[in-house]
Amino acid sequence: MEALDGNAIGGLLHEVFGTEMTAAEGTCAACGARAPVAQAVVYLDAPGTVARCRHCASVLMVIVARRQYRCVDLSGLAALDVR
Amino acid sequence: MAGTAVRGRLTWQIATVSAITRETARAVTITLEVPGWPGHQAGQHLDVRLTAEDGYRAERSYSIASAPGEPVVITVERLDDGEVSPYLTDELRVGDELELRGPIGGYFVWAPEDGGPLLLAAGGSGVVPLRSILRYRQRSGATTATRLLYSARSLADVIYRDELSRSGGGVEVIYTLTRVRPPGWRGHAGRADAALLADVAWPAGQDPLAFVCGPTSFVETVAGALTGLGYPAGRVKTERFGATGGG
Repeated sequence: MEALDGNAIGGLLHEVFGTEMTAAEGTCAACGARAPVAQAVVYLDAPGTVARCRHCASVLMVIVARRQYRCVDLSGLAALDVR
Repeated sequence: MAGTAVRGRLTWQIATVSAITRETARAVTITLEVPGWPGHQAGQHLDVRLTAEDGYRAERSYSIASAPGEPVVITVERLDDGEVSPYLTDELRVGDELELRGPIGGYFVWAPEDGGPLLLAAGGSGVVPLRSILRYRQRSGATTATRLLYSARSLADVIYRDELSRSGGGVEVIYTLTRVRPPGWRGHAGRADAALLADVAWPAGQDPLAFVCGPTSFVETVAGALTGLGYPAGRVKTERFGATGGG
């Protein structure tokens, strides 16, 4: 499966968080690397949407659609700083 | 729908196709009337959603090709096995409606005050958001020295070729053709690599700003080369759309 980047989930993240998120800075809980969400390695159909740290490849975010809900797992992020 | 949109929220809405222009054998430019469009920044994209009669839905992202202040325009390249792009390039007609949401993105965006010189690097249809940046640069009267490195399979695959050939005033367009070169071609040939970037990129000491958009492999190569030339990570903005563009 082709790896994209966080730009590709700009619409999905905007829907989930209610604001623009690609320029938000995420800190990887595993390695501590800090980078804009747009830089994350993203798989759109993993199944679900998975964003990984570009530095250490740990999972940062998982978003799964379940009927009308979005299940959002952010446990791979130590911090998410929205401008 | 548009009338009920909450400011800041991203909602699906209906747009109407007001013009279609063929760019290349595989790419078309689609102008859209979008009620209540809040305006966009150079480099942003929008999501298009198609719904089949049986309810099956497919969503794809398309970069906005027009400058801020201009009507919403996207350019779509046909992917033969795509679920969305063949409909947009072959079936869509002026007057048709299209479901979309946007504008999207706040990272891969350019404003005149971001400084430069500006290096824009496009792989194939990755040129679309960079065209928005080029048009905005011109509309805003910015004098930022700008180079566009455009990697295309052949000259016939170059999108916006006429418009790019007319860019002047501090904009330099550099092509590299990866598959087919016309007889006597004196430009670059082959895929963009570190040697080509060393040749065309602004020296890192000039505090350049780079926008790189294209297939994942193109973006990795170019961004890696720029880092190798001393560009700080924060001055290399990247957007990857996969080998296929997603369909």
